[in-house]
Parts: sequence; C-alpha cells; structure tokens
Amino acid sequence: MRDKLVSPDEIAGRLRSGMTIGIGGWGSRRKPMALVRAILRTEVRDLTLVSYGGPDVGLLAAAGRLRKVVHGFVSLDSIPLDPHFRAARQRGELAVAEYDEGMVLAGLRAAAARLPFLPTRAGLGSDVPALDPELRTVRSPYPDGEELLAMPALRLDAALVHLNRADRHGNAQYLGPDPYFDDLMCAAADHGYLSCERVVPTEELLRGGPVQSLLLDRTHVDAVAETPRGAHFTSCTPDHERDEAFQRRYAAAAADAASWQAFHDEFLAGDERSYQAAVDAAREVNG
Amino acid sequence: MMDATRAEVCATACADSWDDAGEVLASPFGLIPALGARLARLTTAPDLLLTDGEAVLLAEPPPLGRESEAATAEGWMPYRRVLDLLAGGRRRVMMGATQIDRHGNQNISRIGPWERPKVQLIGVRGAPGNSVNHVTNYWVPKHGVRTFVERVDLVCGVGHDRATGAAGRFHDVRVVVTDLAVLDFAGPDRTMRLRSVHPGVTVREVQERTGFELDTSAVAETRLPSAEELALIRGRLDPDGLRYREVPA
Repeated sequence: MRDKLVSPDEIAGRLRSGMTIGIGGWGSRRKPMALVRAILRTEVRDLTLVSYGGPDVGLLAAAGRLRKVVHGFVSLDSIPLDPHFRAARQRGELAVAEYDEGMVLAGLRAAAARLPFLPTRAGLGSDVPALDPELRTVRSPYPDGEELLAMPALRLDAALVHLNRADRHGNAQYLGPDPYFDDLMCAAADHGYLSCERVVPTEELLRGGPVQSLLLDRTHVDAVAETPRGAHFTSCTPDHERDEAFQRRYAAAAADAASWQAFHDEFLAGDERSYQAAVDAAREVNG
Repeated sequence: MMDATRAEVCATACADSWDDAGEVLASPFGLIPALGARLARLTTAPDLLLTDGEAVLLAEPPPLGRESEAATAEGWMPYRRVLDLLAGGRRRVMMGATQIDRHGNQNISRIGPWERPKVQLIGVRGAPGNSVNHVTNYWVPKHGVRTFVERVDLVCGVGHDRATGAAGRFHDVRVVVTDLAVLDFAGPDRTMRLRSVHPGVTVREVQERTGFELDTSAVAETRLPSAEELALIRGRLDPDGLRYREVPA
C-alpha cells in the first residue's frame, strides 16, 4: 500500500491558484487550520472556497487569497460571525455564493455521486435563487409534478480535512461526537488531503474507537500530514478543545490593519512549529 | 401567584409554540427559546427531542448553560442527520430574526446590497430549508422598528406570500414571540396579527415599535406562567438566571 505521509507544506504545495477547494469541519470545529496556515505560506490565491465556514474562511479572506466563498454561514460558534469575513465583505472585496446549509449538503452529495444536480426543497421561495442566476429548478416527472430546486454538484479540485487519527495510507478516524461532512468533502473532490493529530499504525486505529469511527478510507485520501494540535484554535474533541481566549484575540485583531499586522507578525510569519510556540508563549503571558 | 418576570412570560410563550409538536426534534435558537423548549418538554410536550446543542440527544432537559454536564444520552444527532431529519419534517424550530416583515419573511444574512453589504450578518444558515420543510417560529428579544420592517433586505426564512408551489407544501410559519408580545399570521391575507400583549404592555406600544400596520382586531393578554412552570424555570431549568441576559428583569 502506498505511503502517503507528507508535510503540511507539501500538501499546500499541491494546490494551485484559481482552484475550487472544500474545507471540512463546521464553524469553529475541527477545521484543518494547520493546512490553512500552510496555504498562507504559499503564493496560492484566487481560490473558490466551499465551507461550512469558520476561521478557515476568515484567515484566507484576511490574507486576500479568496475570489469567492460558497457557504451557508461563516461563524466562530462562540462569536456569531467571523469578523475578518465580515470586514472583507463590507469592503466589497469578496464574492459569495450563499446557500442554505442543506443545499450545500445536496451539492456535495451530487458531486460525490457524479450527478449533475440533486433536487431539494430548501431554497425555494427564498432570495437564494435570485442571488445565483445560474440556479435552475427541475420538475418531477411523476404525477405530483412538483417543481424543485436543482442544486448543482459542488465539484471540488481538492478537499482539506482534519481528523483525530490516521494511518500512513489515508484511513482516518474521528473521535469526537460529529463527523461533520469531511467524508463527503473528500468524495466530492478530485484530491483529498488529510491532516491528523496523530498518525498511528493501521492496527492501532480500533484501539481509539469503534469501527464506525473510521470515517475516511484510503480511496479518498491522496496525502496525510501529521499536525499535532493542527485544528488549533478550533476544537478537535477529544484531543483539544477550542482555544476561546486565542479565538477572541484572533477576532479582535480584525478591528484594523495595524492590529491584524501585529497578530500576523506574532503568529503567522513563521512555520507551524513557530505558530504553536507563539500560541504557548501567549498563553503563558496571559495566564 | 408569584410575580412572573417579563423573561418568564416570554419563556412560557415560547413553550406554548411547542405544545402540539408531538415527537419531533425541538431546535431553539436563543436562551429564552431554549428555556421554552425545555419547559414544554417537562409540561405539555413530553415527547419532544432535545439536543445538547452539538450532536447528542438528551434524555432529560438540562439546565440552561449546563448542557455539557453529565447527562443521559438517548441518541445521536450530528449536523448531517439534522439536515436530513428536517427535510423529513420531524422538527420544529424557533429561529432569530434580524428583520421580519408582515408576511413572515425573515432575514439573518445581511443588511444592504449583495456585492457590498452595509452589515454582513451570519448568512442564510438553515432558514430557507427550515421554513419550507416544517413548522417554523421566531423569537425577537428586542421588539423594534429595525426588526419589524416593511420589506426585509434578503429573504432567508420564507414568508406566507412567497410560500407557493413546492415551497408551500409543508410551509407553516406560525408565531413570532418578542419581549413585548405574541404575533401570528391570522390577519387579512395571512399577514401579521397581534395575538397578545405581555402583561404591562399596551397595544399602542407594540404598534409604535413595529414598522408596518398590525392587525389589532382581537388582542388578548399573554398568559402568565403557572406556579408549576415558575418553579421549573427557577428551580430546575434556569437556576443561574441566564434568561435575564436576553430579557432583563
């Protein structure tokens, strides 16, 4: 079996400007933040991002790497809206395709099954179709004759996800309460890229949880990176919870260009190791 | 009768929105709706399903703010199951509304133009799907003309005038509970009607804080919580008084 273990920077190096990328997790929960930080160290830009959005969207928006965001929301959970995303939108810098959360799910399922669309009731009657002139309806060929929304497939060039455990071949396991949509993101993508808290031998996977917790099989994963605390500052239960103090700091840094520059210089100017060291240093200073 | 606070009147009004829901998932957004759903579960709607706000269905209603303390799980409800379950209709929500109009169209996405919003809000979230799939109600903790508008900037939750065709098949937007009143859509052409004002609130006050004309032809007074309900709110469901963060005493 192929050994797919690489560094986060190697994964980021496989991305190209202009790609459509799906990011797993949900809001401020189990986001592949180390991979997002690795993207910030490349020159990749003009990305179209599909995400149940959180600080992944905010960080990439603040760095000017996004052309468009396809989403149902962009939230930090304990802070209702990502302020970097909000600021980019209010400056008129960021195009968005805003869908109902269930529409995003239907679009991913369509892509995963190689279907052009899936019918859904969600979105009908709302302003969502008016916001996306390419959306069409489809009429049931059966006697009900219902006219439903034809949610187009959200086909992805690449998916980035973060799980708790994985082996070197791309079998991966979540140990928290919710798989989110990480398996669908990978199934909807030409290439699945995985980071995990810890790489373990295959035979150790079932020591961590039942067989149903093995969310990803290796058909959906092209590369695996070990990134301990790699979802920081989002939650990655049970390995680490959300770092609320750090998240508040990240959010406050959206206030103006100077405070964002200071945040960038303190945390984002170096590699992942220096990021984690700076996080620890900041925690000691602030108790 | 003990004196009930405004927050407690609001909580029981929210609870009443679930009293005929049966065996469905209750999805409250906000502290007072969460209190209301749990109160309904302990009184009029014993078959309701409640979550911890993440992926666990809880066998017993937890106190507000203590959802993560050891509690008995009766099921698993990760986000994708919520999205599948709501399409099947076995759910009843009470959502927030940054704006709502006389037909029940709701906005939580943005204020101002699409390309460059004046205020970017949370996004449409699940509002389009919720409102066309199952009973949907709203909670507004501060009733005012900025919320109750003639026309919303973006329709997220679908109102009665737009619930036609397949969007109307399961559409059922019923009530809006606020810190002042309970409103429904029993006015002419299913427009917003003032159903009841909370004790101490006048019809005129509600109309002045609403940006369009309400049907006020039959306004009652919102009921007070019973002694049992007050005891449950104060002693069991919200001993820390978190309800006063949304509706000050």
